[in-house]
Amino acid sequence: MRSMLKASVAALATVVALTGPASAELTGDLRINLDTSNPAPRATMEAMIARFQAANPALNITTTVIDREAYKTQIRNFLSADAPDVLTWYAANRMRPYVEAGLLEDVSDMWADGTTIANELASTKGAMTIDGKQWGVPYTYYQWGIYYRKDIYEELGLSEPANFDEMLSNCEAMIASGRKCYTIGTKWLWTASGWFDYLNMRTHGFDFHMSMARGEVEWTDPRVRETFENWGKLVRMGAFVDDHQNKDWQQSLPFLVNGEAGAILKGNFAVAPLRDAGLTDDQLDFHQFPMITEGVAMAEDAPTDTFHIAAGAQNKDNARAFLAFVASAAEQTEINNGSNLGQLPVNATSSIDDDKFLKEGFAMLSSNSPGGVAQFFDRDFPAEMAKAAMEGMQEFMVFPDNLDEILERLEEVRQDVY
Amino acid sequence: MATTTSSDHHLPKQGWYKRNEIAITPWLFLIPGMLMFAIYVIYPIIQSFNISLYKWNGLGTLADNAKYVGLANYEKLLFRDGKFETALINNLKWLILYLLAIPAGLLIAIFLNQTVRGIRLYKSMFFFPFVISQVVVGLVFTWFYDPQYGLFNGIIGIFGIEPVNILGDRNLATYGVIAAGLWPQTAYCMILYLTGLNAVDPEQVEAARLDGAKGHKMLWYVIIPQLKPATFIAFVVTIIGALRSFDLISVMTNGGPFGKSTLVLSFYMYEKALGEFGLKMGYAAAIAVVLFLIMLVFIGYFLWSMYQDEKAAKH
Repeated sequence: MRSMLKASVAALATVVALTGPASAELTGDLRINLDTSNPAPRATMEAMIARFQAANPALNITTTVIDREAYKTQIRNFLSADAPDVLTWYAANRMRPYVEAGLLEDVSDMWADGTTIANELASTKGAMTIDGKQWGVPYTYYQWGIYYRKDIYEELGLSEPANFDEMLSNCEAMIASGRKCYTIGTKWLWTASGWFDYLNMRTHGFDFHMSMARGEVEWTDPRVRETFENWGKLVRMGAFVDDHQNKDWQQSLPFLVNGEAGAILKGNFAVAPLRDAGLTDDQLDFHQFPMITEGVAMAEDAPTDTFHIAAGAQNKDNARAFLAFVASAAEQTEINNGSNLGQLPVNATSSIDDDKFLKEGFAMLSSNSPGGVAQFFDRDFPAEMAKAAMEGMQEFMVFPDNLDEILERLEEVRQDVY
Repeated sequence: MATTTSSDHHLPKQGWYKRNEIAITPWLFLIPGMLMFAIYVIYPIIQSFNISLYKWNGLGTLADNAKYVGLANYEKLLFRDGKFETALINNLKWLILYLLAIPAGLLIAIFLNQTVRGIRLYKSMFFFPFVISQVVVGLVFTWFYDPQYGLFNGIIGIFGIEPVNILGDRNLATYGVIAAGLWPQTAYCMILYLTGLNAVDPEQVEAARLDGAKGHKMLWYVIIPQLKPATFIAFVVTIIGALRSFDLISVMTNGGPFGKSTLVLSFYMYEKALGEFGLKMGYAAAIAVVLFLIMLVFIGYFLWSMYQDEKAAKH
C-alpha cells in the first residue's frame, strides 16, 4: 500500500514536472509553516510539498506542521520573530490584523489582470483583498448547509424544507416523534454563529449581514432583533439538543448518528466523521438552508483556507513559485479530492471529485447563491466583536429571554470595536 | 590579647577580597539568583505595567504599533467590564472554597497516619491525584459531570434528584471546577500534613495522654499547634494555587458557558492576550497588573509573617 502510494505520488510528480510551467529551476531554501495537523490534511499537504520538491529538486524545503488550534496563537510569534516563507491561514477579516501590522506580503502582482490566478481564482479575489491589494492565494473552500437524516425524514413523511414555515413544521413533526430537530455543540461558540449567519442572511440578505460585519448596523437595530426572533422560534420549540453549551461539535454528532436528532447545520468537514460513524450516503443527505424572507437573494457561507507569504520571508521568489503551484488547477484538483481534503477546489478549471456532497455543494455555491458568499461569522467580523457576539449567541440559545440584555451588551462592544 | 594584636599585624598582607570575605561572599552566592530574579520576574513586572498603558494587538513592536492610552485600559476594566467583575467574584469563590483543601488534607493525613499493613500503598493512592496532570483531572471531572453519561448524575439519581448539567449551568459551573481543583489540592495538603505529623513530639502526646487529653481536645490543643509550620505552607500553596487556577478552567469549560460563567482573572488575561480572538495585549496587561496587586497582598502578608517568625526565633 505504502509503496503504491509512493509510486503514485512519484508518478504524479513527474506529470506535474512535465506539465508545469517551464520556468527556471528554483534553488535555495523554502520554509513552510502549516496548520494542517489533522491526519488527512497533513498527509495531503506533505504529498503536495513532495510533488513541489520533485519538480524543483535543487530546492531545500523545510516544513513545520503546527497543531491547528495552537497555530492560531503561534502565528503572531513566528510572523514577527522567525518568519517562514510560506504559511497557511484564513481569508477575509481573519487576516486583517496581520495585514495591518505589515506582517504579510502583498502578492497583488500574482493577481494582476491577465495572470492565471486572476483568471482562474477570480471568485475569491474579494476575500483575499484588503485595502485594494491581495495578500495570499486560496487552496480550498467548502460549503455550509444542513446535513440531515434522509431515512428519518422519509419515515416521518417529511421533505427538504423550501422555506422557514416548512422548516418549522418539519421540526414540529420531528419533536412529536420524540427527536430533536438539530444537533449542535456550542462549547467553542463558533457553531452557534453558523446559525446566526444563515438566519441573518436569509432574513435580511447578504448585504445587510456584511454591513453588520463592518460595524455599520447597531446590534439593537430592530432588524437584528428580527433575526434573533426567528432563531428564538426554533429555540423555544426545543429544536436544538439539550446541554449543547458544554459539548464540542464532535460530541454533537452522535445525536445525528443515533437518530436522536434529525439534522445539523455544519460545514462539509462534518461528512467524513459522520461517514466514519457508520452513516451511509442513503441515510445522510444535504440541503441548502431554506428561504426565510421572500425576495432576499440566497447567500452562503463558504470558508476559504489560504496560503500566504510572510513579509519577513527570506525567499520570496521561491514562495511565489510555491503559491502559483498551489493555485494551479492540477494541484487543486488533487488536494481537494475525496481521498485527500474532501473539499472544493477554488480554481475554476479544476475538477470536483465525484462525491455526492461535494457536487451538491458546488452546484449550490456556483448557481444558487446569487446574494454572495460569506466566509464565516468569525472570519467576517472583527475578532473582538465576533467573540462577544458568539458568547451572546450561546447564551441566547439557552436563555432566549435574555435577548434585550444580550443585544445591549453587544451594542456596547460594537461601539468600542469600530 | 596578645594573639589579637599579632593577627592584626598580619592583616595588611591579605588581599582586599580576603579582608571583606565575610561581607562579600553571601552576595556572590546571591548574584546568580538575583540576576535571574531581576530578568525573569522584576523586569517583566515593569514591562507589564508599561504595556498596560497602551492599546496594542501584540503584533510588531510596542514602539511602532501601539497607541499610548494612559489609564484607559484600567478605567474600562474596573468600571465598564462585566466580565472582569464576574472573574473577580469567581476568584473570590476560588480563594474561599479552595481553603477547604486544608482541613480535608489534615483529616486524611490523620486518618492515614497509622501503622497498618500496606499503609504506604494507601498513602500513595491518596496522593495520586496530585501526581497526575491537572489536564487529566479536568478531563476526568468533565466526564464525571457529563449530563447524559456521567457518574455524578447517576449517583444523585439514586436519591431521586433530577439530573443537573453542572458545567453547563452559569451558577454551578464554577463550583464544579473548584471541586475538581480540590481533589489534587487536598492530596497536596495531605502530604504536607503527613510529613508534619512525623515531626510531632511523641513525648508531648504521651504527657497530654497522662493528663487525660484525648479525641478532638488532643487534636486541637496538642497536635494542631505542633503542625503550625505545615499549616502555614499549606495555606500559602493553597492561596497561590487558587489565584493561578487556569488549567482546569481551560480544559473543563474554556471560561464559559456564556462567555464568563467560570472566568477567573488569570484565564481572562490569557483570553484577552493569547486566546483565539485575543489580540488585546494592553488590556490583558492591565488584568495582569490587577492580578499581581491582589497576589501582592497575600505574598506581602506571607513574607511579613515569615519575617516575624524569624525575629521571634532570634530572641
